Amino acid sequence: MNKAKTYPWYFAAGALLIYTVFSVIPGLIGIGYAFTDWSAYSNELHFVGLENFATVFSGKSDYLHYISNTLLFTLITTVSKTVLGLLFAVALSEGIKFKNFHRGVMYLPSVLPILVTGLTFTSILNPKVGFLNSFLRAIGLDFLAQKWLVDPKIAFGSVMAVDIWRGVGYIMTMLIVGILAIPRVYYEAVAVDGANAWQRFRYVTLPMLRQTLAVTIVLNVIYGLKVFDMVYALTNGGPGHRTEVMYTAVFKMMSKGLYAEGTTISSIMFIFMAVIGYFMVKILTKDEVVE
Amino acid sequence: MVSGRKNKLLETILKNLLAWFAAALILIPVALILLNAFKGDGEAITMTLEWPKSWNWSNFSTVIEKGKLVTSFLNSLLYAGCSTILTVLLSSMAAYVFSRRRSKGMSLVYMYVVLGMVIPVNYVTLTKIMQITQLNNTWYGIVLLYTAMQTPFSVFLIYGFVSKIPVELDEAAILDGCSPIQLFIRVVFPMLKSAVITAGVLCFLNTWNEFIMPLYFLHSSEKWPMTLAVYNFFGQFEMSWNLICADVILTCLPVLILYIACQKYIVGGQTEGAVKG
Repeated sequence: MNKAKTYPWYFAAGALLIYTVFSVIPGLIGIGYAFTDWSAYSNELHFVGLENFATVFSGKSDYLHYISNTLLFTLITTVSKTVLGLLFAVALSEGIKFKNFHRGVMYLPSVLPILVTGLTFTSILNPKVGFLNSFLRAIGLDFLAQKWLVDPKIAFGSVMAVDIWRGVGYIMTMLIVGILAIPRVYYEAVAVDGANAWQRFRYVTLPMLRQTLAVTIVLNVIYGLKVFDMVYALTNGGPGHRTEVMYTAVFKMMSKGLYAEGTTISSIMFIFMAVIGYFMVKILTKDEVVE
Repeated sequence: MVSGRKNKLLETILKNLLAWFAAALILIPVALILLNAFKGDGEAITMTLEWPKSWNWSNFSTVIEKGKLVTSFLNSLLYAGCSTILTVLLSSMAAYVFSRRRSKGMSLVYMYVVLGMVIPVNYVTLTKIMQITQLNNTWYGIVLLYTAMQTPFSVFLIYGFVSKIPVELDEAAILDGCSPIQLFIRVVFPMLKSAVITAGVLCFLNTWNEFIMPLYFLHSSEKWPMTLAVYNFFGQFEMSWNLICADVILTCLPVLILYIACQKYIVGGQTEGAVKG
């Protein structure tokens, strides 16, 4: 059978064309534009060399802060979601009454629009009349009532907390699926050797979940680096630029007509993610080794 | 033995308490939305867990009218529906060819497509491309964008399933005189059903919930999908949480129905391509 004839390349042409035109090409020409003074205020385009990159990395502007915020957001939310998700998964994988109800509920935030979750929490976290502070005051914990999204010191923490609220159930669900797939005999075998609960977790559960964990971590890192909706709905980068991440910053530059700055930040992100993306894709496409 | 059984019981009770605590954390915001959607105008300056004094079903009709939700609903349906069909069709054809050919070159092309799951969109230059191609502010422009964004993951997901279909089927079909297109449509595509449904449901959910593309590329309000409409509504009626909640419910209802109906495709679907066994 002639493979080239039976599986003609043009079957893939549509997907390749659309993906290339709307995803790859903007990224590539964006790198080119990052070396110019492109803006909404002039029709002429000048080559400015590395000037835009120098502005970003000189530390005189806020740009570096947007990048570090994005990385911090990615790190904190991914680690928290994974640790909490793993904890819940181990605790709740069996012995739970109404388990389908519980799993359905925990997964729920993952299917709702992120924007809507963000908007809902702007009300809940309102310092004066929000549900969280009213609740804290009602049970006598007044000192815990904070200006969640307004206080520059804790606003970014609040944003990350809402995102963790949204994402834990997803990881938990994936890990429960993974845990339930672990053959019982492994646990029986280590039980014979007298393993305690921690050892069972450390030497059976955790190694068997390695691939699921790798995949969920990769997906969370990708999500974190590209986060927009959550920040936009909760704080829109404020107060000041305290909670600004790359995509919200790019959106603001875009509306101010600062195209060169916008495309420079986007390109830094593009190059960074294309490089780490290569390794991530390797993890995602790896066939699981049967142990 | 007795103390062991007692410990077991205690463990079960603690586990169940933890489960209910976690469920409460998720359900309280949901309950806030549900209860406040029915409150009267003065009652819902902020969201509380108090029972509504009277159940104002009229909030929903007010929202539909003031928020122009009928148009937005149809827009969302058009964008999510068309891009889902297009994505699933193009992705399954591509995944099929990548998986079956398996040459060095094809593997590279496959990696190139899957890399799309990671690389970020440059919205600044994408705007330029949308203007050059005259797709800016058009419904088919948004559909093409969504297709481009969803294709990498769908290809990745379906790819894993294609390899499970025996190649012998293809050989038999070719011997029987099938053309490549007939082979794909009549033999392979039907066998990819569960992968295609999973990819389709996830694609529909993602595009229905998406917000950033219309924010950049749809300027006229009559083209806005539900997410953008709800955001705009929130800006206009910041103090009327009863109306905002009603709007939120209407925006989430289609995804909730899809979630309940297709739970088995959604849960697990996202890692299925990568985690086998």
